[in-house]
Amino acid sequence: MKLSRSDAEDFLIQEAALLDSWKLMEWADLFTEDGEYLVPATDDPEGKAGKSLFLIYDDRHRLGERAKRLLKPTAHAEAPHSRTRHMISNVVTREDDNGAIPVTCNFVVFRSRMEVTNIYPGHAEYLLVRNGDGLRIKSKKAVLDVDALRPHGKISIIL
Amino acid sequence: MQLSDLIIDDRHQARFKVHRSAFVSDEILALERERVFSKCWLYLGHTSELKKPGDFISRRVGGRPLLYTRDRGNKLHALYNTCPHRGAMVCRERSGNRRAFTCGYHAWTFDEKGSFVGMPGREALPPDATDDGKLDLVHVERMEEFRGFVFVCYDKNAVSLREYLAGAAEYLEYVADQGRDGMEIVVGSQDYCVGANWKLLQENSADGYHGVPTHSTYFDYIRSRDNAQFSTMNSRGWVKNLGNGHAVSESIGLLPWGRPYARWVPGWGEDAKAEVDALNKEIMERLGPERGNVVANGDRNLLIFPNLVVNDVMATTIRTFYPVRPDHMEVSAWCIAPIGESDPSRDRRLRNFVEFLGPAGFATPDDVEMLELCQRGYANAASAPYNDLSRGMLSNVPTKTDELQMRTFWRRWHQLVSNNPALELAGP
Repeated sequence: MKLSRSDAEDFLIQEAALLDSWKLMEWADLFTEDGEYLVPATDDPEGKAGKSLFLIYDDRHRLGERAKRLLKPTAHAEAPHSRTRHMISNVVTREDDNGAIPVTCNFVVFRSRMEVTNIYPGHAEYLLVRNGDGLRIKSKKAVLDVDALRPHGKISIIL
Repeated sequence: MQLSDLIIDDRHQARFKVHRSAFVSDEILALERERVFSKCWLYLGHTSELKKPGDFISRRVGGRPLLYTRDRGNKLHALYNTCPHRGAMVCRERSGNRRAFTCGYHAWTFDEKGSFVGMPGREALPPDATDDGKLDLVHVERMEEFRGFVFVCYDKNAVSLREYLAGAAEYLEYVADQGRDGMEIVVGSQDYCVGANWKLLQENSADGYHGVPTHSTYFDYIRSRDNAQFSTMNSRGWVKNLGNGHAVSESIGLLPWGRPYARWVPGWGEDAKAEVDALNKEIMERLGPERGNVVANGDRNLLIFPNLVVNDVMATTIRTFYPVRPDHMEVSAWCIAPIGESDPSRDRRLRNFVEFLGPAGFATPDDVEMLELCQRGYANAASAPYNDLSRGMLSNVPTKTDELQMRTFWRRWHQLVSNNPALELAGP
């Protein structure tokens, strides 16, 4: 059964809400046991993980630890926490591929901290799997539309 | 403030202070551009980045837009990316392969060696206008290579690269020797910026003292994966002044993270162990046990004056940076890896690299934060004027948690910026 756009969109909106309210462990729980979270280099957006140096190359353990880390007061880049706003649009779902449903969307994330606001535009490629009544993320790849992390300087939030 | 007073280097009282105007002053940045970045050898790139004839990269080095090319005879060139006609950059792409660069403005065209090839309406200029390279792209004054690392210098009278590198050359060789078939830059750059003075990143890049307070969350991560125990006290290693402002902080076999070709950690899984052991064995056989141990099991943070860092740690990164303003720098970093390493080994390397390094790793963002906090703090420089870098001045065996590496940098910096060759570069 094809996943409807509105169901996919509801799920992505729920994910965005968890991130913007800093419920990061709940965000990590959205991933499957073999889930991964990826961000390619800004100068090699089509690059393959394991061949190209990505900015983020998280397996399931590391993305959970990323979430845990960001909640610590010693994660200095996010202490105090930034305020973020994740905007999702142009959601497209495709046919199941061996049980994983490809979903793509556009995103813009605003991050404000210490009186500075940075904008992270891009598109995301998801592989979702059905889990009972709900959905889980098998893979999330966020591809940025910037040539360099300037003026951002870092990706200390989750896109 | 006199330039001579920017640094207090009191060897009797073991006191080393840097005046904070060095981080905020436009006048000092102008002097740095003239006396440091226009005089020193600066990292351009690696030979492996241009694999085939016609390959090119456009890159800013020391604030200047350059074209780095490989010609049809396999010779490398560093050209100023500016048309001899009206000055427009003749190449807008980051990289690619081509035989000619055509300026978008009036279509003057140059080959990959920078030689003039043609222009529309050539007859309006005298017949000899293009003789003797008069309308070629201008070559950078100096370009030299050492073991695959390519540097440029904007001062035609500079000493050779090899002489400039002094003791740092040996440490670049440890990197160059990792791969049996040579080394290459992996595709995918880390291009970011820091809202702080550029010298703060050179200080930070070999600062063992900040490891635990700034990066405790990284150590939490590797503990959660590998059950690795880490204590600064038994990981102090040593620091060396390598001459000409270069320094290294170093230890062998003491640090808790994995090294992709030589130090297995449980998080990589049992399958990886046999391959890592085999890689280690290959290095030991090829280089001998003593040198092999340094190359394979050593962790090094190498500072090459003024703005090159080679951190050979949980992966090997090459990092360079340049001030756009006193309070803002642009940073570019790359991963260097052995040519021909297996897919699983390359994959481990790239995973390992970004567990710590880079603008989305578990550590670099916190460094960026600390450097920016320093810079914000310098708004108080009029009343709180000095940084203190005195750690280890009384020690005969300075460790990574001391500050000899920073003093080595600052002594060379002070010599150049104040134009006073009499200032002593050696010292505690």
